[in-house]
Amino acid sequence: MLWRIEISHKEGVFDAAGEGVTKSAIDLGIASIRKVEVTQVYTLDCSLIHDQIETVCRELLSDPVTQKFSFIPQKDFVPPVQGDDFQVIEIAYNPGVMDPVEYSVIKGIRDLGLGEVKSVKTAKQYQVCGPAQQVPMLVTKVLANKLIQHQVNYAVLRQEHPPTMGNAEHEVILVDLIKANDKQLMKLSQDGQLFLNIDEMKAIQAYFKNIGRNPTDCELETVAQTWSEHCFHKTFRGNIEFEYTDKGKTKKRIIKNLLKSTIVKATTELDKKWCVSVFHDNAGVIEFDKDSHVCFKVETHNHPSALEPFGGANTGIGGVIRDILGTGLGAKPICSTDVFCFAPPDTEWKDVPAGTLHPKRVMKGVVSGVRDYGNKMGIPTVNGAIVFDPLYIGNPLVYCGNVGIMPKNKVLKKVYKGDCIVVVGGRTGRDGIHGATFSSGELTTQSEVVSSGAVQIGDPIQEKKVLDAMLIARDRGLYSAVTDCGAGGLSSAVGEMGQELGAWVDLDKVPLKYTGLNYDEIWISESQERMVFSVPEKNVDEMLKVFASENVEAVVIGYFTGKKKLELFYKETQVCELDMAFLHDGNPRITKKAQWTAPKLKIKKRPAKIDLNEKLLEVMGHYNICSKEWVIRQYDHEVQGGSIIKPLVGPQCDGPSDASVITPKLGSKKGLAISNGINPRYSMVDPYWMAGACIDEAVRQIVCVGGAVDRIAILDNFCWGNPDKPDRLGSLVRAAEGCYKFAVAYGVPFISGKDSLYNEYAQNKKTIAIPGTLLISAIGIVEDVTKTVTMNFKKPGSLIYAVGLTQDELGGSVYLDTLGDLGVDVPKVNPKQAMKTFKALNQAVSKGLVNAMHDCSDGGLAVTLAEMAFGGKLGVTARLDYVPYRGTDKRDDTILFSETASRFVAEVLPENKKAFEAALKGVPCKVIGKVESTPEFVIYGLKHNVVVNLFIQDLCEAWKQPLRW
Amino acid sequence: MEKHIKVLVLRTAGTNCNGEMANAFEHFGAQVDQVHIKRLRQHEILLKDYHILAIPGGFTYGDDIESGRILANELRLHLGKDLAQFIQDKKLIIGICNGFQILVKAGILPGNLDKGQSSMEEGFKQSSTLTNNDSGKFEDRWTYLKVAGESVWTKNLSPVVYFPVAHAEGKFIPMSEDVLQGLKHNQQIAFTYCSAQGGEPVYPENPNGSTLHIAGITDVTGRILGLMPHPERHFYFENSPNWNGQAKKNKLGDGAQIFKNGVEYVRNTLLSNRVTE
Repeated sequence: MLWRIEISHKEGVFDAAGEGVTKSAIDLGIASIRKVEVTQVYTLDCSLIHDQIETVCRELLSDPVTQKFSFIPQKDFVPPVQGDDFQVIEIAYNPGVMDPVEYSVIKGIRDLGLGEVKSVKTAKQYQVCGPAQQVPMLVTKVLANKLIQHQVNYAVLRQEHPPTMGNAEHEVILVDLIKANDKQLMKLSQDGQLFLNIDEMKAIQAYFKNIGRNPTDCELETVAQTWSEHCFHKTFRGNIEFEYTDKGKTKKRIIKNLLKSTIVKATTELDKKWCVSVFHDNAGVIEFDKDSHVCFKVETHNHPSALEPFGGANTGIGGVIRDILGTGLGAKPICSTDVFCFAPPDTEWKDVPAGTLHPKRVMKGVVSGVRDYGNKMGIPTVNGAIVFDPLYIGNPLVYCGNVGIMPKNKVLKKVYKGDCIVVVGGRTGRDGIHGATFSSGELTTQSEVVSSGAVQIGDPIQEKKVLDAMLIARDRGLYSAVTDCGAGGLSSAVGEMGQELGAWVDLDKVPLKYTGLNYDEIWISESQERMVFSVPEKNVDEMLKVFASENVEAVVIGYFTGKKKLELFYKETQVCELDMAFLHDGNPRITKKAQWTAPKLKIKKRPAKIDLNEKLLEVMGHYNICSKEWVIRQYDHEVQGGSIIKPLVGPQCDGPSDASVITPKLGSKKGLAISNGINPRYSMVDPYWMAGACIDEAVRQIVCVGGAVDRIAILDNFCWGNPDKPDRLGSLVRAAEGCYKFAVAYGVPFISGKDSLYNEYAQNKKTIAIPGTLLISAIGIVEDVTKTVTMNFKKPGSLIYAVGLTQDELGGSVYLDTLGDLGVDVPKVNPKQAMKTFKALNQAVSKGLVNAMHDCSDGGLAVTLAEMAFGGKLGVTARLDYVPYRGTDKRDDTILFSETASRFVAEVLPENKKAFEAALKGVPCKVIGKVESTPEFVIYGLKHNVVVNLFIQDLCEAWKQPLRW
Repeated sequence: MEKHIKVLVLRTAGTNCNGEMANAFEHFGAQVDQVHIKRLRQHEILLKDYHILAIPGGFTYGDDIESGRILANELRLHLGKDLAQFIQDKKLIIGICNGFQILVKAGILPGNLDKGQSSMEEGFKQSSTLTNNDSGKFEDRWTYLKVAGESVWTKNLSPVVYFPVAHAEGKFIPMSEDVLQGLKHNQQIAFTYCSAQGGEPVYPENPNGSTLHIAGITDVTGRILGLMPHPERHFYFENSPNWNGQAKKNKLGDGAQIFKNGVEYVRNTLLSNRVTE
């Protein structure tokens, strides 16, 4: 029978959850909600009797100090009385949505020795004080996302029965393909959410015509999924007809495989011997020390995060962690880095398009999703960035990165004929059906209806168990290969592993969350927390034992055949037989058109007189500069115990670091530095120079902390609009070409990358495209972490050096943004000069000559100085006429706010002056002032007048205030 | 031949600070086994073969229902006797963060407040809790802690130490005023949050709103310690957020002494006792 249990707070105990809801309501403009209290509801389907349920409540479900409980058979439930000013509402998950708490409650009751429970459902009941007519808005804006949750209907609750998922259809469905005309082919593609174009549909048709039969639905899905943009990267690997204007002339050329001719080419040319495995595994691998390699991968999870921010980000993190688990024979995750792009959190409701969530809700959800998964996995989130721009309103970007470490002899994997296919981890349900193909199309107002299956919630503890078990199995050498179940599910994982040999799978063997799944659903489901292993038959028993010892389900579902075919069976019927060669190489190479012309931008004249005190405070509080402490503190950035340079440093832990540094092996001095470079505003002017700026920023942050510039590897991550539109693709080509050019010039190889295209939001006839956004993530090896340097000023009387030449490069800057302008002169990196500077600073830091160092990036020199000052709780006097400068727009604000690349501010003790300058010989570098013991921030302008005079606490407050939620 | 100091670092689904906990004890020469609760419950491994039981931080069972509840029940209901004997044998227990939550929810801490009685005569009974932070969210931040009372675990610590917290449910609440008075009277309060200078803290110096700013407590004997902040995360000098530019007197950080104390107690008391007894 069904028991309904309610757990609520005792009188006088602070209800943190209720308080949180009240606050969110006010944040999102539902100010008339005065108070919300939360009651946790559990519905148990079991044969326990009254007294046993009471034991469950007392000993498991409630805390004796803070909570009280009540319970009744659900059939006796009496709906609460509703009022005009008091409403009780209850939100529950939709059937089939992952709710990890269910499993924990079942386990907990088993531990009590009271017997088995058939099922557990959880819900949250909210007692809302506020006008009843506001409640529906509270439900849609704050409490529930209809893609995963619903409001419980109290009127019928009494009659409710445990949910059933229906029965499976066992009939094999054939799709009428071989006789279809073009129009019918496209209809099949659209109706089946295959996102395949006409050429691709025709190629599939030709294949089946040739073998003389129609495909099963499962076969068609498998092909669609393998050929999807998400899995196959058609744009990057296809042909591009690129038209561009050069010195007033229109030119045209064909690019064959953009990826190989830019990103991969840079790595090939650089040919670093410490690059161990690049581009072909789930993550790029580089050498760490004499025993270990490290691997790094950054993924995006944009589309799901737009629809369900918590679940999207949650499973995004889960996915990239599995990439690390699936690299080589498996690496242990050691840190995460996350970068987001959102519309500004104060966006007015009228500017939020129908079908999208408010950016503040998106941001809160995404941050919670990352927090939940990362923290529960026990992986420190050490670094990140958030960029705000109105163009991300329809398509927020969520980049999730993870780094892993593995023994050197675990980097190679190979599937052998006869190896068993073992699937481990979470069970398979309807989650995320069509996720891979869905991310290969634009979002529309209809997306939330059409694609709701693509949204899911993660179960980090399940993945943690998989991690714990698989590292034991790895170290015992029990398997020959592993890969993750990501987009495309088993189809993708088994298809990839069996590419050379072929695979035979019995879909009946796959453990399911509930009955009622069709064979094709089992095959393409993207249920989370699953990994696929190739296990020699003799090791299977021990393999299954290891996983059982960590309470992880592991099952043999088939084997690798050597027949070079993909063969699937369900209830003893064959449902798929495809040639691996067709599946992996049969897709037509498409040619896309790309076109690039520089945008026609006007230079606006800046006012002659600007109050720089006021302006600096405004810049400090700009969303793209202000403190992200609210986010950082919610992430555990220190678990695993190896934290050396944290995201926030200094005496009061409020100085924003450059790269983060960790020691993956406790007690060893060898470390890793992790950083990111992202500058989408430069892309609005020229994506080529954006690429340069991103690479420079990522590298320079590692140089800041003392990481050697010759041991840095980078990742690319392109998020762009619809590549079928020539201008979008043109700008992508231009960024990719910049990547090649500057990676080679800086000597930093790409080791892995990712692209997420179609980031456009279609509403009526308008589309909102994101600015082409490139994220460069960098990983550097640090020989001795005890010699690293943080960014906060440390000692009054120290000299402040400006290192690197400042130029007239306010284009795309935060400063111009505060004046409502984009500008034209974006920073143009000078690799030769940059490398000279980086190497010289490496020398200076390794000799212990640098007390503190911080890079000049968003907001320029002014922001750098301010952050170093309040980070160290020390004052500054500095003179702008001493700043190394070249240009024609010689103004105080140019020097303060220009975002020229490759620049730093360094603190040097007076006694180290000579040695420091000797180390920096040939690099533009000058003492511009000194660190003061008094908390004043004083800048003298070009005319020797005081142009900025502020207290450091006011600068700090301006910087902290905007996102202090 | 040197006798081994044996530490059992307990883990289960969702434990995640076990590596650094093990490292901290190993640094001082202990032999550490990281053991899944399943193996203890199946008696494949016996608690009595160890001197120190260490319960690390993490999110056991996802913090589902409430933090620590499920593992606390497992310990209480399935290993209660073994634990009672372990305590009776004057062995040591430490729980950090989630480990502290588990000890409190299992009733092992603060344990029986009457010094005269053995702490497990009536079985373990929960008399305090650790609940949601007043801020309503998980926070990772560094806190100053005043070291109070005297215990095996806390001796030779500086009067004020600097450890990070990283939790969402760290607000200590005793069941009653009597429990609180007992804790005070028995000097069971081991750590309280304080300002940088050791004074009265305000948020975020007290990061969770704990009663009397309590960050960690012991049982009446001082041999069982639980605390929300993470000493193992300030094990090395360079783990501090402000190490850079500070004079380095010791390669270890503020937290190392706690683990050293545990190991030395075993070496000096348990292992040498066995010879004399």
